[in-house]
Formats: sequence, C-alpha cells, structure tokens
Amino acid sequence: MPVLQARKLTRTLPGPVPVTLVREIDLVVEPGEFVAVTGPSGSGKSSLLYLLGLLDSPSSGEVLVDGAATAGLSDDQLADLRLARFGFVFQFHFLLPEFSARANVEIPMRRLGTLDGRAIRAHADWLLDTLGLAEHAGKLPEQMSGGQRQRVAIARALANDPAVILADEPTGNLDTKSAELVFALFRQLAQTQQRAVVVVTHDNDLAATADRRLHLVDGRISP
Amino acid sequence: MALPLGLAIATRHLLHRRRQTVTSLLGVALGVAFFIAIAAMMQGFQRDFVSRIIDVAPHITIKDEFRAPPRQPVETAYPAAVIGLRGIKPKDEVRGLRGARSIIASLEEMPGLKVAPTLSGNILLRFGAKDISANITGIVPDKERLVTKLEKDLISGSLDSLYTAANGIIIGEGIAQKAGIGMDDMVSVVSPEGVVMRMKVVGIFVSGITLMDNFETYALMKKAQVLQNRPNIINRIRIRLDDVEQAADLAKTIEARFGYRSESWQEQSSNVLGIFVIQNAIMYSTVGAILIVACFGIFNVISTVVFEKTKDIGILKSIGFRDADIRRIFVYEGLMLGVIGVILGWALGYGLVEFMGTLDFKMEGFVRAQGFVLYRTPKHYAISGAMALTASTFAAWLPARRASRLQPVDIVRGGA
Repeated sequence: MPVLQARKLTRTLPGPVPVTLVREIDLVVEPGEFVAVTGPSGSGKSSLLYLLGLLDSPSSGEVLVDGAATAGLSDDQLADLRLARFGFVFQFHFLLPEFSARANVEIPMRRLGTLDGRAIRAHADWLLDTLGLAEHAGKLPEQMSGGQRQRVAIARALANDPAVILADEPTGNLDTKSAELVFALFRQLAQTQQRAVVVVTHDNDLAATADRRLHLVDGRISP
Repeated sequence: MALPLGLAIATRHLLHRRRQTVTSLLGVALGVAFFIAIAAMMQGFQRDFVSRIIDVAPHITIKDEFRAPPRQPVETAYPAAVIGLRGIKPKDEVRGLRGARSIIASLEEMPGLKVAPTLSGNILLRFGAKDISANITGIVPDKERLVTKLEKDLISGSLDSLYTAANGIIIGEGIAQKAGIGMDDMVSVVSPEGVVMRMKVVGIFVSGITLMDNFETYALMKKAQVLQNRPNIINRIRIRLDDVEQAADLAKTIEARFGYRSESWQEQSSNVLGIFVIQNAIMYSTVGAILIVACFGIFNVISTVVFEKTKDIGILKSIGFRDADIRRIFVYEGLMLGVIGVILGWALGYGLVEFMGTLDFKMEGFVRAQGFVLYRTPKHYAISGAMALTASTFAAWLPARRASRLQPVDIVRGGA
C-alpha cells in the first residue's frame, strides 16, 4: 500500500488575482522510495511538500496517508498524524536555540509520550550516534556547524520513527560535502529502513541520485 | 528533564530573556507587596478605630430628638391630599427625654445591657485668659462606669472624686493641654443659660479619640442640671451591650418602642465609617492599577517572546504540536511570572509590614496612636495572590492565543 498519495492536488492562494501554486498533481509514494522534487523557483515544489506534509490544506484534490483520506480531519487530528507519521527537515535547521542537540531530538518523542524518559534519552543518543554526532549531544545549536545542525534536525525528524520524511531544500545552506552526506543519509533511510523520503531540491546533481525524480514547472509535473 | 515539555520550553524562554523577565516579576511583586502593606496599615487603623469606638463610646445613645418632624393634624385628616403648610412654629417645650425614668426602668429589665442616664450640653470653659468651648455631660458615676470606659481612661484623678469634691469636673487631656489646666485647678464654666460655676478639675482622661479628648468634660448629673438650668431633666440615655453586633438592631427596636431617636455606635460614627469605605475603594483601585501595569509588563514580555519565537512555533507545530500545546507554553510563562512574582511579593510585603511595625512616631488624626496599627491576616495574602495570578494569566493568554493561531506554512515557507 502506498504510504503517501496525492490525487488531483491543487492549491490556489485566494486574492484579487488568485495565484495557483500547485495544479492537479497525482502522486504515489511507496515505502522505501526516495523521491526528489526539482524545478525552478516559484514552480510550486515547496508548496507541494507542505500539502503532502499536511501543513497546508489543498483548494481541491486530496492527500491520503496510509491509504486514508485526510480531508475531513481537524487541526488537532492533523497535528497528531504529523507527529506520528511524518518527519520534517527544512532548509534552515529550526532547532530550538535554548535546547541542546539531544533535547531537540527528544522533543517529538516527549510530545508523543509513548516512551518513558530513559527510553527517550537512549533513543535520542542512538539517533545522534548513527548520524555521527555522539560527541555533540550536549551542545547547543549555536555551538555546532551548519552541517551538524542539519543532521541534528534529521535526527529530530527521525525521532518518532516516521513512515515519511519530507525535506524542503535540506542542503540549501550546506557546502557540497555536507550536502552529499545528507543525501546519502536520505538514500540510506529509504533503502535500509523502508521509509518514504520526499526531498525538494534545486540541485540537479543531487536529485539524480534519487529513485525517482519529479520536475515541476508552474505547479505541474513536467515529463 | 523532570519538567513537562511545555513547562520546560516556557522556562527556557523566560531564562533567555532574563532582564525583561525580572522587570515584569518585580512589577507583580511590587503590586502584591504594596497591597499587603497598605491593606495591613489601613485595615489595622480601621479595626483599631472601631474597637476604640466600641470601647469608649456607648453602643446605643437615646437622644431627646425625633427622626421626622411631628405630623400635623391636617396631614392625618387628609392623608391623600397634597398639603402645603408654611410658617409652622414649633411648640415651646422643655427639651429632654420625657418619662426618662420609666424608659430607663424598662430598659434595665432587658437582658444583656447596661443603662446610664446623662444630660449633655454646651459650655464655655474659662481658665485664665483662655476660653474653650466644650461639651459637658452630667453623669451618675456609679452607672457611667458600667456603660463607658471613662474610668479606665482617667490618667489622673478618679470618678468617685466627683462625689467628694464640691464642684468637680473631669476634662479631656486635649482641653487640659490647650489651656494649660492641671489637676485641682479651678476653672469657670459658663453655660448658654448664663449660669456660671467655679469648678475644680478632679480628673483628666485620654480616650485616644482626638475629638473626645478635645471636647468632652464630665460632671455630676445634678451640677450639669443646675448649669443648664434644667432640673430633673436628662436628654441622653447611654446603653452598653454585651454583644456589640446587636447595636443596630436593638437601636431600631428601642426607637420603635419609645419614639426617641436611638443611635447605634455605627450610626454615631457613620461619617468615619463612610470614610473607611472610600479609603478601601481607593486602596483597591490603586493596587489594582499597579497590578494592571505589572500585567502590561507580562503581556509585553510574552508578546516579545512570541514574536521572537515565531520560527520555533512553526517547527513545533509542524512536528505535531497542537494549538493548545502552543497556547499552554505561553500561558505557562505568564503563570510562572505570576506565581514567582506573587511569592516574591508576599515576602516583600511581609517585610514591609514588619518594617512599618518597627516605626515609632506620634500620630494625631481621628485617633491618637504610636506608630502604625497593623492588621496581619492571611486574607490579604490570598486576595493579592488571586488578583495577581488572574491578571497575569489573562495577560499571557492574549499573546498565547495569537501564537497558537500562527500557521506553520507561513513560517517555514519564509525560511529564516
């Protein structure tokens, strides 16, 4: 069963001159699939990602998670779904500046509340360790490099063992070497852990390493 | 990591903005502290005054007056008519309580009260070159000592020496000081009836209530009657109750029964008690204003935090925090400021009250006192705490609601 599905997904910003960001997109993402979304600026790739991640609601069409429709869900139900099934990585790391790397990774788990404090800490340490950040666990975000911070953000996205990882320009602020490292990590997450990964990027070289590539122009998938 | 997540985030936010946090904490703390200090001072004074009144003055006074002018025969004859009467001349009669003896006799049969008859009137007290207008009250010492604390208030002399001296008078300390009168001095007393009497000061009293000490004198009933040229007349009956709370009710009963105006101690001091009501209103509004200003501080801090933390709110919501979770974070911040502010304020207020307790000065207003009379009660702490917590929660709730309504898309889309 596809973990994430879009049917005729359209998003129009209302206004005197309505702007259509995303136009009738059909998409099926299977577990273990690594999808790259590319396209020029303003082509609607980020908007598509927010729609897929339930951060924004479509003007028409629908998003299905685990085969179930999300259209009628309340804000709270959407939040719960995001918490349990999605992991987000953004261009900017968006770590809480007052919390250590470990505490940042712990936040989604503490919100979900299925693990006790010790298990949460252990899992956070394990995630940071697999991302090569074991010795940075106690540091504040400002004490780390950009690549390290983005990896902490990826660890946070993985905290609740999500089925889908959505990344919006995750390498936009990184040097080439760090960017390659992050992409390798996504590929590995898809291949070895059977997670669906959807990454928005403008870097064609990196996009080429994905299983599948969607090219967006003016809100449509161009072949 | 023992703190719940929302509380942990709230704590970090506040610790991050230390200076603003401290300022708003101080605002709340000062508001609470001032409330406690002012309330202790004002209510202390008020309670002290009331207890002195209850001690010093009779609980009920029956006067030779009527509350309403007498009904005219024409009004009785035509109760439904509109009547205009002009130039009514009051009957010329001897003032005083008529049938006082029987009133006293029937009052004395009631349980739980003591009765003393008096004759009260104005006099001019002349000593050397000084003229002092005063009030003279003719008393029966044996009865008076049951009804008022005059005997205990005497700083020199005794009540019984009124019997032994030829023309004895007891004066307040205020009069004594003003005119330089001492014990055993002879003074001339002139009444409005033109009677002049040489009297000997056989006692000086201090009641603590300035008006009384400056205005009241006492003599034997017979001497007062001679002075006022009103033999065998009494115009006041003073009553002391075992239970002061019954004064108002009993005064009404007595008035209904005998027709004469009967005033409870509350009515007699209604001017001062009325001032107390205004005083309390001023106190509550002043302290309320301080707290409102403090809450602007809280509102300000939390609004700033919400503004600064927009990115964090966006990421938390995209992670899966609900609106209510976000709102809770910022309401916690307000509550924390409120709770810590209140505790600080309590400590500060306690300190202020104790400090005022050590001050020593002479005060002469309605009453004469040494230093502040302070009333300490947990009620003041409870009221101030509740007010501050309610206000700070409300002040936090507004920006918290705004934060919870932020759309994550708008935030993450914009990037940094």
